[in-house]
Amino acid sequence: MITCRELEDFIADYLDGTLPKRQRFVFRFHLLLCRECRDYLTLYEQTIALGKAVFHHPDEPVPEDIPEDLVRAILAARGRAKN
Amino acid sequence: MSSLADESQAEPLTLLAGLRGGDERSYEELVRCYGGKMLSVALRIVGNLEDARDCVQDAFLQAFKHIDRFEGRSSIWTWLHRIVVNSALLKLRARRRRPEGFLDDLMPSFDAYGCRIEHRGGTQESIETLVSRKETRDAVRRAIEELPEDYRNVLLLRDVLELDTSETAEYLQINPGAVKTRHHRARAALKKLLEGTIWMGKS
Repeated sequence: MITCRELEDFIADYLDGTLPKRQRFVFRFHLLLCRECRDYLTLYEQTIALGKAVFHHPDEPVPEDIPEDLVRAILAARGRAKN
Repeated sequence: MSSLADESQAEPLTLLAGLRGGDERSYEELVRCYGGKMLSVALRIVGNLEDARDCVQDAFLQAFKHIDRFEGRSSIWTWLHRIVVNSALLKLRARRRRPEGFLDDLMPSFDAYGCRIEHRGGTQESIETLVSRKETRDAVRRAIEELPEDYRNVLLLRDVLELDTSETAEYLQINPGAVKTRHHRARAALKKLLEGTIWMGKS
C-alpha cells in the first residue's frame, strides 16, 4: 500500500503508460480505495485537456501565409539593422 | 504566392550560402518560406496576432543577425522554430502583471499521514463547451502566465507544441528528468490555479 503522497510521484508515468505492471496495480488499487486521489486525478486530467484545447484555439484565426505587410516590415527592419 | 514561397523549391544550401553572403533576396526568401509556419507557432503560444507578429519579426531579425551561428547540422526550419519559440516564451514573460506564484503554494496538499487533502471540484460542462467561451480561454491563459517561468515553459513545449521530452530538454537546456518533474508540477499547479474559477464546486 502506498500513501497519497507517494502516489503523486507516479502520476506522470501512470498517465504515460510507462509504469511497470506491478506498480500500475498498486497505483490502481490505491485509486480504488481513495476518493481524494480519484477526484484529484480526474481534475488533473481535465486540466491537461483544457490547457491543450485552449492553446489549440487561438482567439484569432491562424493565417495561412505570412501577411505581405509583415514581410515588408521585417525586411525594412533588417535594412535598418544593417546600417 | 510567389514561387519563392514554395518550400519544396527552396534549396537549403543555396539559401544558406545566400544568407551568409548577405544576399537580400535570400533574406526575403527565408521570410516568405518560413514566416507563415513561424506565425502559426507564435500564435499558438501567445494567443493573439499582434503579439505573434512581433515574435516573428523579432525571430527573423535574430536569425539574420546570428546566421553565422547556424551550423547546418539541423534543418533551417528546426533552427527557426527554436528561435521563434523562444521569442514567444519571452513575450509571455514580459506580459506578467503580477509576480509569479510561489510553486509550493500551488502543489497538492497532504496531511501528516500522507493522505491527500482534496476538495471536491470540477465542472458539469464538457471541455468543448468550456473552451468555446473566451472568458475560459482568458482565465486559462492568465493562470498559465502565473506559473513560474521554468514550469510554464515546460508545459507549453510539451502540451501545446507537443515536443517530446528530449526535444524539450534541448530547447530549455535542462535534463530530461527535470522536464518530467517540471511538467507534472506545472500541470498540478495549473489545476490548482483553476480551482475556484473554472473548477468550481459541483452544484
